[in-house]
Amino acid sequence: MGFLLEARNVTKTFGGLTAVDNVSIGVKSGEVLAIVGDNGAGKSTLIKMISGVYSPDAGSFYFDDKQVKIEHPRDSLGLGIETIYQDLALAENLNVYSNIFLGREQTKRLLGLIEVLDHSYMYSESRKILERLDIKIPALKSKISTLSGGQRQAVAISRSIYWNARVLIMDEPTAALGIAEQRKVLDLVRSLKQHGIGVIIISHQMHDVFSVADRIVVMRRGQKVADTKRDETNTDEIVKYIVGAETVVT
Amino acid sequence: MSKSKQEPVVLSEYEARKTAVVLARNWAALFLLFLIVVFSFSGGAGFFSATNLQNVLHLSTTFLILAAAQTFVIISGGIDLSIGFVMGLSSVSAAKIMQILHAGDNPVGMTILIGMFVGLVVAVPPGLVSGILIAKYKVPPFIATLGMWGITNGITLHICEGFPVGFLPQLVTKIGNGFLFFILPGKESWMLIRPDGLSGEEIRSLTRIIPSSTIFVVVLLLILWHILHNTKFGQHNYAIGGNEDAALRSGIHVRRHLIIVYTLSSFLAGIAGVFNVFQTGIGNFTPFTAMYELYAVAAVVIGGASLSGGSGRIFGSVIGVMLIATLENGLSISGVAPFYRFIAVGLILILAVTIDQLFPKLISRRAAA
Repeated sequence: MGFLLEARNVTKTFGGLTAVDNVSIGVKSGEVLAIVGDNGAGKSTLIKMISGVYSPDAGSFYFDDKQVKIEHPRDSLGLGIETIYQDLALAENLNVYSNIFLGREQTKRLLGLIEVLDHSYMYSESRKILERLDIKIPALKSKISTLSGGQRQAVAISRSIYWNARVLIMDEPTAALGIAEQRKVLDLVRSLKQHGIGVIIISHQMHDVFSVADRIVVMRRGQKVADTKRDETNTDEIVKYIVGAETVVT
Repeated sequence: MSKSKQEPVVLSEYEARKTAVVLARNWAALFLLFLIVVFSFSGGAGFFSATNLQNVLHLSTTFLILAAAQTFVIISGGIDLSIGFVMGLSSVSAAKIMQILHAGDNPVGMTILIGMFVGLVVAVPPGLVSGILIAKYKVPPFIATLGMWGITNGITLHICEGFPVGFLPQLVTKIGNGFLFFILPGKESWMLIRPDGLSGEEIRSLTRIIPSSTIFVVVLLLILWHILHNTKFGQHNYAIGGNEDAALRSGIHVRRHLIIVYTLSSFLAGIAGVFNVFQTGIGNFTPFTAMYELYAVAAVVIGGASLSGGSGRIFGSVIGVMLIATLENGLSISGVAPFYRFIAVGLILILAVTIDQLFPKLISRRAAA
């Protein structure tokens, strides 16, 4: 109880494959929850249900202890759940600020009549958020396809931060980044936590997990095999859960 | 080795690259200008006269509307093969209603309005159905609209029984072939509709300025340009064509958007069909040999759009249409046999896509050098 966002007993099957099997997780505000597991353990499927990309076959979601429906990404965005996807989900043919405002474009009225996109507002707001995150992208009007992997990741992160999320989900946020940038992302996670945001982070990097997470959930073959406080476990134990040497559900 | 020596080289390299990119991006417009110059020499006054150029515009009206419709669909990452036959369906339906009402001695204004209305309404279901099939049931756009291509053509031929639908009020062609100004030099002038009772000689010396059809299509294109470039709808269209998954995850109603896009495309084809009735005074079914939909695709691609979606411009498609129209008109006035026109259009289409493929390399190769 006391979770900001909670998924209870969610299940998702694709044909004959049960990708996520009766899993419950929750994140409190100001908490960093790490989800770890091998490839194909169901981590991404689980968070895609929370973000509304997949609809679960069974189970329910609670936000602020009230049951909510998440059937479309719009629903979860509406609740204040922002997601940074592993594949970043950027429209490469659009420019930086258009991606930050994608789906939530700012408009203004010309002569009080015709509604048009407010490019200058979106441009300057994007510049502000990038500065706040200390991210340097030379031209906000350049298309995503001209940016490097790290810059793209930075755009995806700024997009989620800009909208004042209450829950932020990060799927492998440091995968495409250099060492310095990785550190920046982890610093960002800590500062979000201080602002009372609930963060769910999926990562393969044990070092990252142990440096930022408060709690660690281990998934294996679609099931939750461990849910433990970081301080009460260690890397070896987590790795054992991941590979299936021990199966204990707390 | 000093920096000051290297800098000018780097700068000129950059300039050259920039020029190449600008040329590659606007080659269609430049090529159009080139064609106009060439045909002005080869065709003389027959080509380069206010009358003929206005004629090219006037005859391109429906083609421009179809290409604009196709632009929306192609940017969203799809294709609409049904627009040619939807145009025929609307044309025949509008004319059939006008024919029936006219034969019953109904008021001309009402006859025309109801005919127009019916022509536009019948254009909606084909696009709506394709849109639902594509968005909801994941039928590939090529197949869904190819299905509608056959269905709408069959229905059209059933309605018109294989013949153009005639016997419409005369006012129809007067509106459709109107010009902003009709001027009898030194005597009188009229607006929009050519007056009755002119002698044959007077008609020959009548100066016509700006076809009404051109005014209409320019207004329509401006509205469509506005939707595509200044609205959320337009922005979402590019986003869906660029990365449908990203668009969905950003909270965009992708399904609803695609249904609207195909419905819009079909509706625009309906406008083109009704327009065709006004221009010709009859309801024309679309013959198989017309291949309007493929010409529209060609124009859009020549205009710089990519068939994989995410790019394209209304203005580019307009250039594409005018390029093909000018080519056909210019070649025929210059006395070139008709089959060369097909060859010419084919060559330009291939040229367009080749330039499109070369264009990104143009940047990266230079950057690597």
